[in-house]
Amino acid sequence: MGKQLDAETLVDRYKLMLRIRFHEEAIKILFTQGKIGGTTHLYIGQEAIAAGVVAQLRKDDFISSTHRGHGHMLAKGGELKPMLAEILGRADGYCKGKGGSMHIASITLGNLGANGIVSGGLPIAVGSGLSAKMRGTDQITVVSFGDGAANEGNTHESMNLASLWKLPVLFLFENNRYAVSTETSRSMAGSMEKRAAGYDIPFSLVDGNDLEAVHFAAEDAIAYVRSGKGPFVMQGDTYRIEGHYYGDAMVYRTTEEVDTWRMNDPIQRVEKLVVERGVLNETDYQAIRNEIQQQVDEAVAFAEACPQPAIESIFEDVYTEWQA
Amino acid sequence: MSGRILTYRQAVAEAIAEEMSRDERVFIMGEDVGKHGGAFAATKGLFDKFGPGRVKDTPISESVIIGAGVGAALTGMRPIVEIMYMDFICMAMDSIANQAAKVKYMFGGHVHVPLTIRTAFGAGRGNAAQHSQSLETWLTLIPGLLVVMPSTPYDAKGLLKSAIRNDNPVVVIENKLLYGESEDVPEAEYLVPIGKAAIRREGKDVTIIATSRMCKFAESATKKLVEEGIDVELIDPRTLKPLDMDTISASIAKTHRVVVVNEGHSTGGFSNEISSKIMDRCFYDLDAPVMRVASEDVPIPYNSILENEVIPAEKDILAGVHKTIEV
Repeated sequence: MGKQLDAETLVDRYKLMLRIRFHEEAIKILFTQGKIGGTTHLYIGQEAIAAGVVAQLRKDDFISSTHRGHGHMLAKGGELKPMLAEILGRADGYCKGKGGSMHIASITLGNLGANGIVSGGLPIAVGSGLSAKMRGTDQITVVSFGDGAANEGNTHESMNLASLWKLPVLFLFENNRYAVSTETSRSMAGSMEKRAAGYDIPFSLVDGNDLEAVHFAAEDAIAYVRSGKGPFVMQGDTYRIEGHYYGDAMVYRTTEEVDTWRMNDPIQRVEKLVVERGVLNETDYQAIRNEIQQQVDEAVAFAEACPQPAIESIFEDVYTEWQA
Repeated sequence: MSGRILTYRQAVAEAIAEEMSRDERVFIMGEDVGKHGGAFAATKGLFDKFGPGRVKDTPISESVIIGAGVGAALTGMRPIVEIMYMDFICMAMDSIANQAAKVKYMFGGHVHVPLTIRTAFGAGRGNAAQHSQSLETWLTLIPGLLVVMPSTPYDAKGLLKSAIRNDNPVVVIENKLLYGESEDVPEAEYLVPIGKAAIRREGKDVTIIATSRMCKFAESATKKLVEEGIDVELIDPRTLKPLDMDTISASIAKTHRVVVVNEGHSTGGFSNEISSKIMDRCFYDLDAPVMRVASEDVPIPYNSILENEVIPAEKDILAGVHKTIEV
């Protein structure tokens, strides 16, 4: 048996995973109702990674996220109401309705932004790490990226520079198996482990659907990065249960494959664990599920009641004002 | 107070040194900016003065140079990043256009990006097609960026200092052939405001608007035109975005004729932007169509005879002015 989370932390992370899951499920409904514009990328199936890594960061640490970023934001302390308000494009959203699903950010929570550009967040994380080092703090930056971003030039430039300058950056590789429709085996030569080794960066690999495995691997990675030794690459193998975007017909994979991964659902695995350990019984966790669902329902109601942004706001926040 | 003679490159280095001394959050990184002093010697002396902690040589990794600048700017620093040749921004365009320029707006205004991007542009040195371009319109078309283009040592220093103190991403486009130009630069502290054009010569017959090194050509053309009895008003916009249309409009209201000179290509170059803004604001003041002097729509050739034929020259400005006067 490996290390175990204490009961309180386990329940706390379980609640977080449910918040992420139910938040994403609520978006599916809102999207189907035609209330969400553009496109939205759901984190369903990957919750153990955000809950296992991001939730144990300090408030003053930074994250740099992806287009599939709702889970990271909630794990960094994001609240459901302004999250959903933003996704509905409302004035009280995190970005005043101007960013939407792909650009949720909060500098006060240390989220340097979800990012609509695959690999766009990695250079930013390197800069945030550089900043922490230059300012003499022990803040770290966690940057999440997927198997799609793994093959972008940005990723290589960023790992090289972070290693060269020994910057406090945790590269969190969430291998969810698909870059839109292209499976990792058809997009990635070699392995992330070998790539990290090529840049002289330590590496760990975990089952990304196992909350405890993720948590303890992240604990080690975070401690290493915070100690000032340089960056770390952590890979969590997981699976994107939903399509690339909600509504994706998913012709590129079989129902059987998806069903196999549904059996490996990270939330069900935690529920099994809490019962086995006697932390919660089924009645307890059903009550928790109901409680979280209610929070999400309230947030949806809040978001739908939020005002639309004022037309004049179009011209606000393009620039910070300056003295001529 | 009188100053001393400084070259454009010395003025750049002095601006950076002053701002780094003034504010410990300011630092510079880029390719060969350290001990080497920059590909055009515009960061000479900074490494010795401030050390490798604040004058950072980077690998040849343009995207992460600028992207890291964005990340550092978001988290409490005020980075200056250098892209050696403007042509290399092609390698960094995501970090500039999708990240630096847009995060403030996308994030609901809750962040600032005090990032200065310095780069060197321009033809005339036999650098051929990948080291000679004038790509300023790629930057001016992106909301969220400020773009300045100093043509003198005085402005190179004053605009760069303003850029470093500005809380927005500012692209400072320097010119490779102007680095050796020199003039009196005051020792006392001064800033050149972003968004304010300079009237280099007042006149009443025709307005010439010229950017960066084209100002040099416009100045020599102006001398000849004045000798011919054509009273030229010469304007250097200095900032491309936001363009100082108040100064330009006031000039055209007086002269009623205008020639726009920019090293960018004839199609899509910045001369078009200036011209269309003049049409928006000054149409009824014009006695003749706006004349544009720009580079031909071809890649910049290596051979210097060909190169000089492709980019605007004094003779093209003279022809443009004569044509507008004849109307």
